[in-house]
Amino acid sequence: MTEMPLPLRERRWNDWWPLVVLALFAVLPYSTVDIPYVFDGPLNSPGTLHLLAICLVFGGLALGYDLMFGRAGMLSFGHALYIAAGVYGTTILVNRGWPLWSAALAAIAGAAVLALVLGAVALRTNGIAFAMVTLAFAQVGAILVARNPGRVTGGEEGLPLDGGLLPASLVGVRNTVNLYWLALAFAVIVVFAMHRIADAPAGRVLAAVRDDDRRVGVVGLDPYRFRLFAFVASAATAAGGGVVYALLVGGASPHVAASDLTLSLLVMVVLGGPGTRWGPVLGGALFAFLDHRLTAVGSSDAVSDLPSVLSGPLSQPLFILGTVFILAVYFFPGGLAGLRSRLPRLLPRRT
Amino acid sequence: MSLFLLLTLSGLGLAGLYFLVASGLSLVFGLADVLNFAHGLFLSVGAYATWWAAGSLPGAGSEGWSFLLAVGFGVAAGAATAAVVELVLIRPLYRRTIEQVLVTVGLSLAGVALLQAVWGADARPFPRPMWTRGVTRIGGAVVPNSLLLLFVVATGVLLALLAFLRFTRIGLVIRAGVEDRSMVTALGIDVRKAFTLVFAIGGAAAALAGVLAGVHFSTVSPGQGGSLLIFGFIVVVIGGMGSVTGSAAAAVAVGLLQQFVNYYAPGLGDVCVVALLAAVLLVRPAGLASVVGRTA
Repeated sequence: MTEMPLPLRERRWNDWWPLVVLALFAVLPYSTVDIPYVFDGPLNSPGTLHLLAICLVFGGLALGYDLMFGRAGMLSFGHALYIAAGVYGTTILVNRGWPLWSAALAAIAGAAVLALVLGAVALRTNGIAFAMVTLAFAQVGAILVARNPGRVTGGEEGLPLDGGLLPASLVGVRNTVNLYWLALAFAVIVVFAMHRIADAPAGRVLAAVRDDDRRVGVVGLDPYRFRLFAFVASAATAAGGGVVYALLVGGASPHVAASDLTLSLLVMVVLGGPGTRWGPVLGGALFAFLDHRLTAVGSSDAVSDLPSVLSGPLSQPLFILGTVFILAVYFFPGGLAGLRSRLPRLLPRRT
Repeated sequence: MSLFLLLTLSGLGLAGLYFLVASGLSLVFGLADVLNFAHGLFLSVGAYATWWAAGSLPGAGSEGWSFLLAVGFGVAAGAATAAVVELVLIRPLYRRTIEQVLVTVGLSLAGVALLQAVWGADARPFPRPMWTRGVTRIGGAVVPNSLLLLFVVATGVLLALLAFLRFTRIGLVIRAGVEDRSMVTALGIDVRKAFTLVFAIGGAAAALAGVLAGVHFSTVSPGQGGSLLIFGFIVVVIGGMGSVTGSAAAAVAVGLLQQFVNYYAPGLGDVCVVALLAAVLLVRPAGLASVVGRTA
């Protein structure tokens, strides 16, 4: 994708708007503005901050997944494994008395090593076979979590995080704002790191691997190594998101290891715009938000008063999101990020 | 000895279930290059349609011939769903493999959510005809009839599929299409007509798998298709995509491995199956089919 050179004023705005958005997010917990219909309470209420933090985590996770899918063209169905490694690693280690920061680092490092080993095998295949192999690896993770070997994972019930062993500033409803800062920090770090990778030579090689890996081979670079790098970096990001997610929801539950979570990530990235700078972040945050809010809307009176033919499906967020996703694949292949370049063509031009 | 026999026979029963799921996946992938995540949905549709028919369709019930009528209704529903999905959703995205996968992913999410909306997320008791609740003694081993039924039905489906591919004209087109689609098209044959048929066959086999899984596990739930689908994928990759006999051989290998290992070390069987997958990929990336011979 080649970008047209922009006039100076627009370019300046393009450089600055992320900082403006970041500043808005940073002052948000000090605001008591109430946005009706969008949030249940004012912006600085614990419920709203918690929801926003979840959105930020999923924004970061989706961008990390996009390093593989959008940037390097690798369709992995096993990303949930590394999120689960972060979630369960942190929960298990903290409950055994490890300090939070070392538990988090150990979980992320463990996930990266796991990704290195599994990726080395899975990347011997590509395309659809790669998708199936990653799916199978992640399924082992899901089965292990559910089987609860040695009573480590807590099985179907999951594993609550022992609040007494966490830093006091991260425990309790009153400290939700600190979790929000943590999620914001995670999202900012992921955005920064992924944009750096995309702009670095490695990112350009990844794009070349996506478009035609034989050409990369011809210039003397090994596509396998770059794919493996993307796989491991993406997995480490997933584990980092898992750490924050575990703190946010207060423990681990088996659904973070299920293949449905990977499918959701895929939906987020495609809705947002794969391979773009901001699309996946937007898609991830929006998906998490809608998944949460549609559950609330689905159980509201307005929907349950409808005839049951409508109210049944409308009370299932995944039905709505899945349908929107299918429509997006057909009609908006570039996702939300693609809308910006498509809309001016659809709207009548101002003269 | 009787333990060995029991584990072998139940492994073969499980293999039958995996084969029913995998055969359709494998043919669809081999011919149309579609990695079909909605295949689990066809399975659930078949199971729920049978369950509904056994309770509500006049003439259908949960015993004898009336149960067979219910099963026929379920299988027809599965085949019809698959054909409609191919015609409406897959066909417009011809040759855009990734988009096709994405659409089936969206469909599997939305479809399972729809089943949940209509019949609830909890498992429902599935009708079990009298005979399937019993057991049969074979050489000292006591084998549940439902597992024997799975194996017998899967063998029947395998033979019917092979005969269909071997002796009919459209079967010939499908085999040739799996081998080299552009060549078949160049010869003036519209392979895409065969796509719908292959989808319908796969949907029917998946629906049958859903019914028999319902009979075996005695429940039906919206998520059932998804978990079986993953083993279907593993069988397809091990067997070699597009090969029916490869799928059958891989299903037997996976079923036996899982049963034997799970008996001695509960839970380890599933891990061993994935280890087998990794090993096959390392040694022979094209799958077992390169040993057994492609398609037929």
